[in-house]
Amino acid sequence: MSESSPFPLNAWYAAAWSHEIKHELAARTICEKDVVLYRRDDGAVVALEDACWHRLLPLSLGRLRGNEVVCGYHGLVFNSAGRCTYMPAQKTINPSAAVHAHPIIERHRLVWIWPGDPALADPAKMPDFHWNDGTDWVGEGGTFYKLGCDYRLVVDNLMDLTHETYVHVGTIGDEAITGTPFEVSHTDHTATVTRWMTNIDPPPFWATQLGKAGKADRWQIIYFQAPSIIVGDVGVAPTGTGAPQGDRSQGINGAFLAAVTPETKRTCHYFWNFVRTFKKDDAELTRQINRAHVNDGQGVYDQDVTVLEAQQRAIDRNPRLPFYNLNIDAGALWARRMIDRLLASEHGQSARPPGVAAE
Amino acid sequence: MPEAIEWRSAELRAVRDLSPDIRLFEIKPAGEFVPPTPGSHFNIMVHINGRPDVRNYSAIGIGTDGIYRIAVKRLPNSRGGSAYMWTLAPGARLTMSTPGNHFELSRGRPDYLLLAGGIGITPIFTMTLALAETRANFRLLYAARCQQDLALADELRNRIGDRLQVFLSDEGRRVDIAAAIARLQPDGEFYVCGPIGMLEDAKREWQRSGRPVDRLRFETFGNSGRFASEAFKVKIPRLGLEIDVPLNQTMLESLEGAGVDMMFDCRRGECGLCALPILETHGIVDHRDVFFSDEEKAANTRLCTCVSRVIGGSITVDTPDR
Repeated sequence: MSESSPFPLNAWYAAAWSHEIKHELAARTICEKDVVLYRRDDGAVVALEDACWHRLLPLSLGRLRGNEVVCGYHGLVFNSAGRCTYMPAQKTINPSAAVHAHPIIERHRLVWIWPGDPALADPAKMPDFHWNDGTDWVGEGGTFYKLGCDYRLVVDNLMDLTHETYVHVGTIGDEAITGTPFEVSHTDHTATVTRWMTNIDPPPFWATQLGKAGKADRWQIIYFQAPSIIVGDVGVAPTGTGAPQGDRSQGINGAFLAAVTPETKRTCHYFWNFVRTFKKDDAELTRQINRAHVNDGQGVYDQDVTVLEAQQRAIDRNPRLPFYNLNIDAGALWARRMIDRLLASEHGQSARPPGVAAE
Repeated sequence: MPEAIEWRSAELRAVRDLSPDIRLFEIKPAGEFVPPTPGSHFNIMVHINGRPDVRNYSAIGIGTDGIYRIAVKRLPNSRGGSAYMWTLAPGARLTMSTPGNHFELSRGRPDYLLLAGGIGITPIFTMTLALAETRANFRLLYAARCQQDLALADELRNRIGDRLQVFLSDEGRRVDIAAAIARLQPDGEFYVCGPIGMLEDAKREWQRSGRPVDRLRFETFGNSGRFASEAFKVKIPRLGLEIDVPLNQTMLESLEGAGVDMMFDCRRGECGLCALPILETHGIVDHRDVFFSDEEKAANTRLCTCVSRVIGGSITVDTPDR
């Protein structure tokens, strides 16, 4: 993989859960940019460059005074637009004194940041993440902050659920996944992997939740929005009730949600949730599902983290070795092509370096 | 904002005169093209009497066509930068930086007032086009001496029509800054680039209007004063020196040339590091910086040596040498 920047900057990325950002300073690194986040009195979230204009001390080590940040070193004050409003020991303010203020949108229970050119920060480019709103779909997720891998490895992971059979043995993994072909489709910025496993014995989690004996049809429809949003529409319905034809009324439906935010070239923040439209009032089920994903190293996502971080270490130790691709990687490869196209349009160069073998 | 710039080799592709003394330069940089943002500038390596020096020029346009554009005004009392630029013909090799920005345009404000004086139109022109493209509310007031000095005015008029208002001093028209500020919506922002007198008027009127100080944005080019430049003499009793500051040098440059150990950073009248205490003045100190307040300038106890000058005489200053 090339050492050039692997992530587009002109995109909305999740930076925090809404509930995490209060009237206090919170530091994050997003796409190798250090930012300090806080919530103003009027509720608006602010993201400033986390380095004082003067001597670069992180502003997150300072304090809030009203809606302004006071640097913890020499007391320069910056307002929520990033402009200096006070300089010590002089009567004027240097006209160029400012820190960058990143565009922010708070939506779908998350705070989204635009690390690139603010002039291009179009709210219409926000990814569709409505499944996370907590209305039609319910669930409580979390974040793996500073997950030790290139964000694209998480994309690869979620765009190919074949891995469930091997990484998540005994929970959601099932031989039916590897035995069933899938279809891949794409637009110019999305990719979709569709897999229908019909007339199978549902795996334990789904069998219990469905609560109906007999064969079932199981679906996994994974929807990628460039550069790094993934929504996996998953569920089961009793075989013969018409789910593959579009009638899911006899089945149950969930969705795994991922907003994967590059932190550095080799680390990312993985905002995840698993939401559902069944048993929406069952708070105990919500807790159980949360624990099934992340539970002190025992959850299914904990298992993914182990794999992803080991994979990144191996990549770092074998920097010249290419990836080999299989048929199962089609979804991931389409996702990566969308990312490469964003990168190419951002850097004004051809989408793929020619002549890299192994494909 | 702190920012990293990179030096690039570049080739001058074309020049075109926008007015009798303002010339447009189209420059093709090598390497990956970093598009300029409104308000940004380039550092360009110039050669003055065979010695390299650096000058800043505002980017014109935010084109992504791989070409950087600047406009350079030929100054009668040039310190050498503009004279050097005017010697260049297409094909000339240059060393220049990727764009930096000390004068960033904020997006999404309800209203904007833009004010340009003379060659100060260069960053304001780019901001104007950017605002017009996003259909923002704005007005542009453009002041110049006379009709033929109005570089870029035709293009502006084509793009923004009567949102451009022109003020020519030879027709006796002056910008009424207070009235313009009064028309600006309460949360609007005011961007100014022009000679120091215009900046000071703008700062004073903005302060008088009671609007938040951070919504007045300005950039100075650090070489304009209330008075025409003159040569003058600097005396430093502590060092036993008498130094002549010629018309085409700054006081800071002359002091450095005479071996005075000077501290400095921005060299454009913003940071205040090169300021020295004034012991005695014969003549008028033309304060051309934006570091000192009006009151401090009136008290006349220190001056920024990088931009300020003395008119009609000499000045005696002290240095921190002990």
